[in-house]
Parts: sequence; C-alpha cells; structure tokens
Amino acid sequence: MILKWALLLGLVLALASTPQARAQDAYALLASPSFDSIRQGVQELGRSGDSRALPVISALQAGELFVRADHALFIRTASGFTDAQTGKSAPDVSADKLKKVRLNNPVREAIDQALGSLRLFASDPGQRRLAADAMFHAHDPLALPTLDRAIAAEKDAVVRRTMTEARAAALLSAPDASTQDKLSAITIIGARGGADSRAILEPLRDQPPPVGTAVAAAMRSIDQQLQLWGVIQSVYYGISLGSVLLLAAAGLAITFGVMGVINMAHGEMVMLGAYTAFVVQQALGPVWTGISIALAVPTAFVISGGLGIIIERTLIRWLYGRPLETLLATWGLSLVLQQVVRSIFGPDNRPVEPPGWMSGDFHLAGLTLTLNRLVIIAFAALVLTGLMAALRLTPLGLRMRAVTQNRTMAAAMGIATPWIDAFTFGLGSGVAGMAGVALSQIDNVSPNLGQAYIIDSFMVVVFGGVGNLWGTVIGALTLGIVNKFLEPFAGAVLGKIAVLVMVILFIQRKPRGLMPVRGRAAEA
Amino acid sequence: MAEPLTLDRRSFGRFGIGVAAAAALGALPGSEKRADAAPAPAADAGTPIKVGILHSLSGTMAISETTLKDVMLMLIAQQNAKGGLLGRKLEAVVVDPASNWPLFAEKARQLLSVDKCAAVFGCWTSVSRKSVLPVFEELNGILFYPVQYEGQECSRNVFYTGAAPNQQAIPAVDYLMETEKVTRWVLAGTDYVYPRTTNQILESYLKTKGVANADIMINYTPFGHSDWQSIIAQIKQFGSAGKKTAVVSTINGDANVPFYKELGNQGVKATDIPVVAFSVGEEELAGMDTKPLVGHLAAWNYFESVDTPENKAFIESWHSYIKNPKRTTNDPMEAHYIGFNMWLKAVEKAGTTDPNPVIDAAIGVAVPNLSGGYSSMMPNHHITKPVLIGEIQDDGQFNIVSQTPGLVVAQEWSPYVAETKDLIGDWRKPLACGAFNVKTSSCGAGGAKHA
Repeated sequence: MILKWALLLGLVLALASTPQARAQDAYALLASPSFDSIRQGVQELGRSGDSRALPVISALQAGELFVRADHALFIRTASGFTDAQTGKSAPDVSADKLKKVRLNNPVREAIDQALGSLRLFASDPGQRRLAADAMFHAHDPLALPTLDRAIAAEKDAVVRRTMTEARAAALLSAPDASTQDKLSAITIIGARGGADSRAILEPLRDQPPPVGTAVAAAMRSIDQQLQLWGVIQSVYYGISLGSVLLLAAAGLAITFGVMGVINMAHGEMVMLGAYTAFVVQQALGPVWTGISIALAVPTAFVISGGLGIIIERTLIRWLYGRPLETLLATWGLSLVLQQVVRSIFGPDNRPVEPPGWMSGDFHLAGLTLTLNRLVIIAFAALVLTGLMAALRLTPLGLRMRAVTQNRTMAAAMGIATPWIDAFTFGLGSGVAGMAGVALSQIDNVSPNLGQAYIIDSFMVVVFGGVGNLWGTVIGALTLGIVNKFLEPFAGAVLGKIAVLVMVILFIQRKPRGLMPVRGRAAEA
Repeated sequence: MAEPLTLDRRSFGRFGIGVAAAAALGALPGSEKRADAAPAPAADAGTPIKVGILHSLSGTMAISETTLKDVMLMLIAQQNAKGGLLGRKLEAVVVDPASNWPLFAEKARQLLSVDKCAAVFGCWTSVSRKSVLPVFEELNGILFYPVQYEGQECSRNVFYTGAAPNQQAIPAVDYLMETEKVTRWVLAGTDYVYPRTTNQILESYLKTKGVANADIMINYTPFGHSDWQSIIAQIKQFGSAGKKTAVVSTINGDANVPFYKELGNQGVKATDIPVVAFSVGEEELAGMDTKPLVGHLAAWNYFESVDTPENKAFIESWHSYIKNPKRTTNDPMEAHYIGFNMWLKAVEKAGTTDPNPVIDAAIGVAVPNLSGGYSSMMPNHHITKPVLIGEIQDDGQFNIVSQTPGLVVAQEWSPYVAETKDLIGDWRKPLACGAFNVKTSSCGAGGAKHA
C-alpha cells in the first residue's frame, strides 16, 4: 500500500520536473501580477528548454506580452494576437480584455540572462557573441552545462573565446569548483581585462591563497591597464572639450586679433547658429534629420556672418579706438539679441535632434568614444583648417593678416581697411555660427546659450595669444585637457575655478598669451 | 565722431539722477501683468482676489517651472468658472523671476506689497524658496511651495505641498536596496542647498543601514552643466567594483538633458547602473529620446500614468485648456492642484483672505489627490502623500513599479541629522512653533525657526 503511494508520489514528482511541467510553472509565474514572480517565470522559462521560450521572452522584452484575466498569455504581433504557449494565432481575443505584462529592472536583468543562454545557439555569430557577453555579465553557475555544450559546438574562434570567458566567470561563482579550475578561470578573466572583468574578480579578493593571490595579481594588471586607458580617456575628453572651446573662440580670436574689438555679443552669434540648426531641422521635417545638421552649417555661417557684417557696419565702426565703449555697446547688443530670440522663439529650450549617425558610442580597445563628440572634434579640425587656409591662401586672408600686423602700413599700401574690418567681423561671427550648430548637439538650445560660452572664449583667446590661430588651438586644447584632468579630483566647480586661477597666474608671466604676434606695430 | 565718454563728477551726477528717475518710474523689464494698485481690496467685496504666481519663465529652470505657471492659470480659470471665491473673482498675477534667486525675493516683495496677493504659488529650487522666505515672513504672506525638497524647514508662512525626504528620497533608497539589491551609491547633485542637504541626510541614512564610506561617492556640478563625459566615466568606474551600484540624482534644471543624453551615449543601462532622480519628471523628459533611458527611475508622489478616474479627468481638462494633447502632467502640478484646493477650502473656512485666519484654518483641511486618496494639511504645514517609484518608458511616461499602500506623513526635520533629530514642527496653538525641541521643551528663537 505504502509502496503504491510511494511509487505514485515518485511518478508525480518525476512528471513535475519534466521540462513541460517546468514550462507550465513558468507560464503561470509570468501571468501573475507580482514582479518577483514574473522574474522567476523568466528564469524558469529560460532553463526549461521549451521551444517557445525564446519568442515569449523576446516578446516580453519588447513589451508585447499580454495576459488575460484567466491567466492565458498572448503575444501581440503586427497581424493580431497569438497564443504565447502554442504560437497559434488567436483571432477572437479582444485587446481591452488584456493587460500588458510589465517589467522592472530585476525582470529586465533576468530577461538579459535568459536571452543570453537561449541565443547561444543562434545561427548568427554576432548574436552568439552578444549572448556570450550577456552570460559573462550574468556569471550564473547554473549555466555551466549550457556553456559547455555551446563551446563544444562553436566553430568561430572569437565567439568561442567569449564563451570560454563566460564559462570562467560562471565557474568562479560556483561554490564547488576546484582550486585548479578557479586558477585557470582567473587567468582567462585577467587576460580579458576591462572594468567588467574587474567587477567579477573584486569580490574574490579576500579568498585564501592561492586563489586570493591569483586574484590580486590579476586585478593589479587589470588596474594598471585601466589606469593607462583612463589617462588616454581623460585626454580624449579634454580634446573634445577643447574642440568645443576652440570652435567658440576661433571667431573671437580673429576679430580681436584684427581689429582689437572686444565683442561681448560673440556668444550670441554662437546662440544664433544653434537656433539656425533648430530652424533648419524644423523646416526640413523629421525625415531629413540626418542631413539637416550638415545643411545647417553653411546656413549658420551665412546668417551669423551676415549679421556680423551688419553689426560692424552699423555699430562697431563708430567706436574704433575706444575699447570701453565697444565693450558696453556689444554687451548691450548681446542683451538685445537675447531678448529678440526670446520673443520670437520663447524662453524655453528648443530641442535639436541629433542625427542617427551621431548617437551612441564605439569601443576602440579600452576607450569609449562617443560619436557626437568625435564628430565635433573632426568638425573643429575641419573648420580650423578651412580658416587657416582662408587666411593663408586667399587674397582676403592676406589683407587680413596685413591689417593685423600693421594697420596704418596696410592702409598706406592701398588696402581698404574698413571693408577688411567688416569682412573680418563677418568671418569671425560666421565661425561662431558654425560653432553654434555643433553646440546644439551637446548643450541645450536656449537664449542663454551664448552666456555660457563667452567667458570661456575670452579665456582661451587671452591664454592663447591674440592674432595667431595656432595660439588659439593650443590654448583651447590645453585648457580642455587641464579641466578634464582636474574634474575627477576637484569636481566640476572647483576644476573650473582652478583653471581660471591658472590662466590668471599665466597671464602675470606672459601678458600677451602663449603665442602672441610679434613685431613693432603689434607691440605698439 | 562723437566725444568719448568722460567720467567726471558732473556727468556722473546727471547719469545718477537719470537712473534714479527711471527706477522710480518702475520701468522694469519682464513679462508682468500688474493690476491697478487698489488699496486694501480684502475689505471691498467686489474687487478680485489676487493670486501670485512666482515661477521662472526663462533661464535654466524654465524647463521645469513654466508648466506650473500654466497649471495655476488653468486652476484659477476653472475656479472662476465655478463662481470664484467668497463671491469674488480670482485674478492671477504672473511674474518672471528668470531663475535668478535674488530676483525671486524682489518679485515676491512686489507680489505681496504692491499687488497685495492673498496667496502666492511658486518657487522650485530650494535656493529660490530660501531667498523669498524672509520676505514672506516679514510681510506675513502665504506661499504654497509645490516641489519636493530637503526638509529642514517649517515656516508659518509656507505650506509645503511637495515631498519631504521621507516621502521621496528615503523610500527611493529603500526600494533600490530591497528590490534591486544596491550596495554601492553615487549621490550626484547640482551644487546648491537642496542636493547638499538631501545628500547629507542620505549619507547619514545609508550609514545607519551599514553602508561603508568607501561605497558612497558624492559629486556636485553647477547649474546648467553640459559636459558630463568624465563624470559619467567616473560613475562607470565606481560601478565596476563587483557590487551593484546605483546613482541617486538630485540634478536640477536643464542640466538633466545633457546628463541623460550622455548616459545614453555611453551606454549606461538601467540594468547595470540604475539612476533614480528626484527632480526629473514627465516635463523634463518631454523632447528627449527616452529609448536608451528605459528602466532608469524617478521617485515622486504622482505620475501621469496613475490610473484613476480623477487623474484621467484632470489630464483631459489640462489638454483642453492648454490646447495641446501632448503636454504632460507631473507631480508639482498635482501639488499645485492640491495646494490650490486646500487654500480655497481654508479661505472658505476662515471666511476671509487675511493671512492669519487662513493660516490657522488651513491645518486639518483635506482635499482629494489625483491618485485616488485624500491629502491632508498637517500641523507641520506639510501634506500626506503616497510614494510612487516609476521606471522611465520609451514614450517618456513612467511605469509605476512600487507604491506605498497608504499615505506617508512628512517628517520635515530629519531624524538622521544630529542637529534636527529632536525637532518637530506644530503650528497649532498653543505650541505654534516650527522648530520645537522635544528634548529641551523649547521653541527656536523668533517662533519661525528654520535651518
């Protein structure tokens, strides 16, 4: 009698642990309202080996898994609803009787893990590699058999290495792994390097030797590597900040250099360039977002440049030789321009969509390079090259350099200095306009945008020396890199202050900046 | 050519007289709707009741505050359609303090002494509130402050309809600790009083929960900061120590836009390092591509996605008033909704708009909130609120992942800070004290003590 019951119980238990039964449990958990149960359901389904696991979990990730009051699960597709467990279409299901199965972060983590293990056998090697990466981050010891199977079946060497690393990470979390296995796992993970390997090894630091010593040695080499990459990364950030400063300050360097005019409205030229980018994007519509930025650059040059020429002809022309009045007048002009923009566009920030090819990042060895900053660095280099070419190779550039070096002599040679002044101001403002287009990608477009960059622009021009574009380049890059190296230690606020103090001290020693223009007239 | 400017005594004197004359004529720029300066309108039954709206409509905080001005105008229009208050029409007086903190104080003084507003609804940043506090206490005005803040204040002239730390910050940290098993913390904020005080409270709270010093990283940035590259790289590095790391963000204003963009660009996913923000709601996310941000969190007492009939009705009336079905609603708007209704009830209870009777009548007033319950004004001038934690979705709305079953009473004086753990605020007679020390049984000097 007891034997019969025991046999029955054994049979029931055996049936209960078959994959089908596990999958049934998993579906029941997925249909429950608690986030914890949904997470467990995802984990169970991932391990169950059910053929519907991958489509159901993918649907859940995409927000297309729905549950009915009777706990039946459905997937929404473009052509209607399908039953989640069977995959057959369910035409008589009405949307208003269904509730979406919701996610929170722990559920998302479970989904990443489950998809990782399910996609290990996908046909596309790229997908397999991503899956192996996800398994590495999950470092779940229960996945070891799956990983062993995947490694045995893998032909691609790169993917197999990632799988081996994932296996090593899972092994280190297994409580019953042998010391030998652990040591070889530590070697593998140490060889992989990077911050995520460090994250796996750090909790094992306190283990007794030889595991503890191996972990410490591996972490030391990873840390050294990370430090080196960290320095290079900081240099990259400094260069990207410097390129932004360069774009903003280049125009100012030209106008200040040629005419000695302190233009406090320079920031507003930048702001107008940013608004030009906004208007061009709105005018072209959402389809052309990718190209609107490229079109906005010459438009901003023309608009800001044209405005610059007008300003020079109407306002600055009367104030030559009177720096205080120029300062006040251009300051007043900046307020007027800000208010005009505020009245036309409103005081709120205007959104400028970054084009698809400028979003995201890519990894180069240990570096993370964000695409938008990379594009801006390239753009700054391009603008500067164009500017230098204009100054070196064009007749207008020749005349501008002549006027910068010795105005009276240039006038005596027959150069029409008033028109040179106007075009110089236009060129400087045009460059500022192009800078504004670049800035619209990384900063908020508001009427106050110029205010944030005017002080920095003057700092760069004063530090780099007036009249020489190379001085501006080196000044901007130096200030950017110094700022970015200080920021992790001193914080953003103190870092800025420290840079300002350094510039002031530098000016005490070299009042004319890094690379001043020499010559009798220049020093007059 | 004209003569250059010379700065001698005669011209300075002339210049000075000119400036003084201009100032006396009150020729100040800015968008203001001023009523004619009618004296003492409270006694006269036919004149409208003036309601001041003190929100930044330009500058770094305009992204957050402009919509609060709009919701106040809607509430006032709706009340006027119902017949006004005490038989009189309500009139809105809108000023723009332009994210300029000293200008907040000037505009507050103008609203109280020139326009004689019966109540003012305004402020967002704590620094703006601290700037106007002395003005409201000196001129005995009433301010309804709708934004979550750091606590450590309990003024007789202010009604705090936003969350105190125990109604937002502490529950958010608890959620991360319990549900997401976070053990390492980055406290990132804008550099002013609210993030500094909140981080002081949170640091102390985390230490009581056993978090080590080395597992807490604190970082401050100026308003409008736009270059987040190295800070986010630092956060990623801090988060690679093998422990689950989260960022608690008290970043305010439009600096949030480049912050979230950089988070998305550097691939910081919510499943790796979740970011919970206290000052980012539907309004700040509008106009941002939130697909890379899905799963990052915010803690508030209301979300637009709350599924109640009251909320649906509110959203519908908002969309038809503002004539834009895409405009979002957010927590501070709900706080103004609650605060405005509480003020109406208090005035009706007191029978007058004079500040002293209204302040006394306001305690105990209960009005419905938009999440299906009732909110009450407690003796400490704070209201009861539910706590909601939401995750950002790809349409800029929030998916509510956690909700307190009932309402939480505000603790305006933090029990985690040594100087304030023995303080309570109670403005009912006979105590009538904002900072009463229960250990020494004494009230802070001046009766209206604040940190």
